[in-house]
Amino acid sequence: MSDWAIEVSDLTKSFGDRRALDRVDLDVESKHIAALLGPNGGGKTTLFRILATLLSPDSGSVRICGFDPVTAPDRVRRVVGVVFQSPSLDKKLTAAENLRHHGHLFGMRGRSLERRIGVMLERFNIDDRANDCVETLSGGLARRVEIAKGMLPGPNVLLLDEPSTGLDPVARLDLWRQLDDVRKSEGVAVLMTTHILDEAERCDRVTILDAGRVVAADTPSALKGQVGGEVIRIDTDEPQAIVDRVRQELNLSADVVGRTVRIESPQGAELIPKLAAVLSDQVQTITLGHPTLEDVFIQKTGRSFDRESEQ
Amino acid sequence: MNATVALQRAPVSLAVYSMWRRELTRFWRQKSRLFGAVATPLIFWLVLGAGFGRSFSSSVATTDTSYLEYFFPGTVVLAVLFTAIYSTISVIEDRQEGFLQGVMVAPVSRGGIVAGKMLGATTLAIAQGILMLLVAPILGIPCSPLSLAYALLALFGVAFGLSGLGLMIAWTMDSTSGFHAIMNLLLMPMWLLSGAVFPISEAHPIIKVLMYANPLTYGVSAFRFGLYHNAETPPTPAAPITACILVTALFALAMVMGSIRLANRTSRNGR
Repeated sequence: MSDWAIEVSDLTKSFGDRRALDRVDLDVESKHIAALLGPNGGGKTTLFRILATLLSPDSGSVRICGFDPVTAPDRVRRVVGVVFQSPSLDKKLTAAENLRHHGHLFGMRGRSLERRIGVMLERFNIDDRANDCVETLSGGLARRVEIAKGMLPGPNVLLLDEPSTGLDPVARLDLWRQLDDVRKSEGVAVLMTTHILDEAERCDRVTILDAGRVVAADTPSALKGQVGGEVIRIDTDEPQAIVDRVRQELNLSADVVGRTVRIESPQGAELIPKLAAVLSDQVQTITLGHPTLEDVFIQKTGRSFDRESEQ
Repeated sequence: MNATVALQRAPVSLAVYSMWRRELTRFWRQKSRLFGAVATPLIFWLVLGAGFGRSFSSSVATTDTSYLEYFFPGTVVLAVLFTAIYSTISVIEDRQEGFLQGVMVAPVSRGGIVAGKMLGATTLAIAQGILMLLVAPILGIPCSPLSLAYALLALFGVAFGLSGLGLMIAWTMDSTSGFHAIMNLLLMPMWLLSGAVFPISEAHPIIKVLMYANPLTYGVSAFRFGLYHNAETPPTPAAPITACILVTALFALAMVMGSIRLANRTSRNGR
């Protein structure tokens, strides 16, 4: 088996006139956690469905653990665990019954299946709720059962579609810890789609997908390193006026994202007093920070990430 | 784990069993379904049977059975129809609620999934039928183990055929609302024109043609004939009894194979 859990190259998929994926490349190393980051409608879910063997690509090549989902879907299904964005548990069954059913579909049975269910329930801290109907579980608990279900057959790759959607911040952190644990204990590669920047920051590698194209792909720190030094954000009611003044009086280029003016600069700290002196009457806050993945997205696409994802 | 990873496809029997068991568990946990599946046909039987009884008395009562008794096998078939159909249309909910997507990423044939679902629906429908048959001795139908076995065999054929039909319709549908139209325009007329409510001999010539074209007619006939196996004057079937059995079996086979093929064919691209 190769070191690559997922290898995608030159992948294209259209729905009618709309090109959902346009010559996409994506590699995920074994035992790594990777994020597919992008605004909604960027093509993440289309790519997810192709990897999960539920959709055929128009052209390009896809290999998961060396297997082609088009010609050998059952081989791929054997090595991939899938966690969908919408719940796939039977609400009328208990957590353990859901796992058992899923195991049967993968040809697992008898005592070895029961043992494996026990391991999964314990690993995801749901053993005390194992015999409760899924409809009585909280969103966070149900999501854990979903992941336990995906991991039950012992896949080499775990695919998750927007795993933290609908979870509160505590459950989100919890999910993250679980994923990190399971990656180590089960030696599984994880690929998640997400439109949450914090989530992508925690991954080994981030591929940013926008309008069906890969606009950047690297480790989070390398991506952020591509943005110049530091980022100054100025919150204001009159962003355009600020941009003009900054250009005239300090000879700096700035761009506007919503009601925030952004300035990228290698020496951000030195600029703050000057900006404060020039703009004191027009601004609400000035903040200095290291670049985030949002800055990377803005630099690559010229658009705000948040505004896109709200649509 | 390694032993199972070596196999590409999981054994279909295990998937069929698991889907079947899920249907039964779900049915058992939804008490309203349990109640509705028994109560609805019984109410049909009592209200319609008692109401129609008067107007039909001249025609049917000549064979010295009351209309309530004539209508009884039709009621059992209605119970089977309700349960088989409502169990199979739950595949629409499975799809909407997301359960089916989890099944679709398993290395198992779609036909096996559908077969398990169908078997579950058939089991529930037959159980319903047996529950209804408990009323038969009260009505004075001369039951014996043999006659009940004949009747159940016929009911099996009917249940399989209807489950298969329900699944074929439901598999391609996106919402349950469309299914109600099918229920009213296809399935209820199928039942009404099967000899369950009035005998074929009494029907208008055009209706007669429809009744002979209706595969359910032969199932109802076979069931009625089996039930009265011990009677001195068994009811006249719609066609020679072997033909009735053959048509019922063929219809069941066609529906079962049809739904399995449909599922296997539409396995890609989200469906």
